[in-house]
Amino acid sequence: MSLLEFRDVTRQFGGLRAIDQVSFEVRENETVGLIGPNGAGKTTLFSMASGFLAPSAGEIWFSGARIDGRPAPEICRRGLVRTFQIVRPFGEMSVLDNVMIGSFLHHRDRAEARADALAVLRRFGMAERAGQPARTLTLAGRKRLEVAKVIATRPRLLMLDEVMAGLTRVEMDEIIALIRSLRDDGVTILLVEHNMHAVMALSDRVVVIHHGRKICDAEPEVAANDPAVVEAYLGGDEE
Amino acid sequence: MAARALLLPLGAAGALLLPLAFGNPYALSVVILALLYAYLALSWNLIGGITGQLSLGHAAYFGIGAYTSTVLFADLGLTPWLGMLAGAVLAGIAAVVIGLPCFRLRGAYYALATLAAAVILKVVVENSNELLGGPRGLDVRLLHDAPLYFQHTSKLFYYYVVLLLVGGALAANRWCLRSRFGYYLTAIRNDQEAAAALGVDARRYKLLAAVLSAAMTAIGGTFYAQYALFISPEKVFGVHLSVQIAVICIIGGRGTLWGPLLGALLLLMVVMRFEPRGVIALLGRALSGSRRLSGKAAKVRREAA
Ligand SMILES: Nc1ncnc2c1ncn2[C@@H]1O[C@H](COP(=O)(O)OP(=O)(O)O)[C@@H](O)[C@H]1O
Ligand SMILES: [Mg+2]
Repeated sequence: MSLLEFRDVTRQFGGLRAIDQVSFEVRENETVGLIGPNGAGKTTLFSMASGFLAPSAGEIWFSGARIDGRPAPEICRRGLVRTFQIVRPFGEMSVLDNVMIGSFLHHRDRAEARADALAVLRRFGMAERAGQPARTLTLAGRKRLEVAKVIATRPRLLMLDEVMAGLTRVEMDEIIALIRSLRDDGVTILLVEHNMHAVMALSDRVVVIHHGRKICDAEPEVAANDPAVVEAYLGGDEE
Repeated sequence: MAARALLLPLGAAGALLLPLAFGNPYALSVVILALLYAYLALSWNLIGGITGQLSLGHAAYFGIGAYTSTVLFADLGLTPWLGMLAGAVLAGIAAVVIGLPCFRLRGAYYALATLAAAVILKVVVENSNELLGGPRGLDVRLLHDAPLYFQHTSKLFYYYVVLLLVGGALAANRWCLRSRFGYYLTAIRNDQEAAAALGVDARRYKLLAAVLSAAMTAIGGTFYAQYALFISPEKVFGVHLSVQIAVICIIGGRGTLWGPLLGALLLLMVVMRFEPRGVIALLGRALSGSRRLSGKAAKVRREAA
């Protein structure tokens, strides 16, 4: 069954068509990689699905309801969440308090929200940093916190926007293991990532975006050998 | 731990007994006004400190409180204790009316919009001669010793009332900081979009905080009216009052529990240091823009004595 579906979605920024009639779906329990060169429109797709941007045309459906143009908090409460490519910790708050903002979605009581958040931090290997102000974390720590915050809302579908960018190999392997364990828990994942090793290792399917258009939607091995995809990455008018 | 547990009862006992330490009523007047400022700063803290919405229009709510209880008392004979609650409700409604358009604005634009809202209210009151007394203001009808009508010739009465207000405001701030509500407000101050991504309806929570803050501020307005026994647009709707409330909270530490209290204490100490005898005039002027507060209230009390 399709959990998230983009139907002919277009987004115009002035004269720039950042997303051009893109359609694809993410099925329950699937992990889909969303790839494409810088500026392809991946973050724009996330922003539209999470209520931060309205599409200029087209529809977005999540779990049987049309969600495009709905407010961000409502979409989160439905179980669809996103992380931010440029991380957005609540800088003055402690790491634990950051995660509690997520877990408060299911608890009114502070002690319960705290217990839940601590469990998430333990799972993320961050328990010993619980009391530290979020702004003092390293980049790897902040990327990880970004995921911990949304996981605490117990989402059905998680949209991860380059959570591995800027990490060392070891840190990256840790995050890959973490994403695997989330997937094994039944969380559906839409993954934007530049590192091909990570995308290939995690994805059941890959959607490739180029200049705002979908150019490929296939299994990872098939996509990697698709001439249009190779052209998009090596073709040269990008980087 | 034991020391911390003792701190609260000791502080409370100290506050209750403090008036015994004052030989002259001037000192007590200064303390009452400092406590009123502390109360206002604590009220402002909910929206301006914890939520990070720099309101420069809180005189609007203070004035609504002062005028509502005073007019209800003068025209209907309603005790200001109840008029105070009516003022709080009206101020809460005003906070929604002001907040809905203003919360779309960020930073300095929000501050200026709230400031403008207070100025508009002041001008409206100044131009309503029949009902609200126009620019000259309103006297509160004198009953002398009538605690049931929120009036007394003894300053001690007002001291304990404002002490209660400060205690209540501290409790409200403490509850807020430890509840989901306060966590959400803090998250909104840090990054409203990031909070929205985690399911926090920022607009709703900002409005709730603004309503609570406005209602509490209005109660301070009624207290002031009953204490000074005279109100005017300049005194209770003035821009300087809005700015002072915000500044006291900010210098003490916005968003913290004890910051607003500390800010008021700092103000008190500065004033005491520079002019120990003229303190009341200074504080009175700071709050009201004239010497009439000390003048009239003192005269009433002299007559009564
Ligand atoms: N808010 C915006 N206003 C104008 N242009 C934007 C905005 N957001 C993104 N864009 C443009 O849309 C295109 C797609 O951007 P983005 O979705 O961030 O790409 P990606 O995440 O794939 O790198 C880029 O050309 C970018 O400059
Ligand atoms: Mg991007």
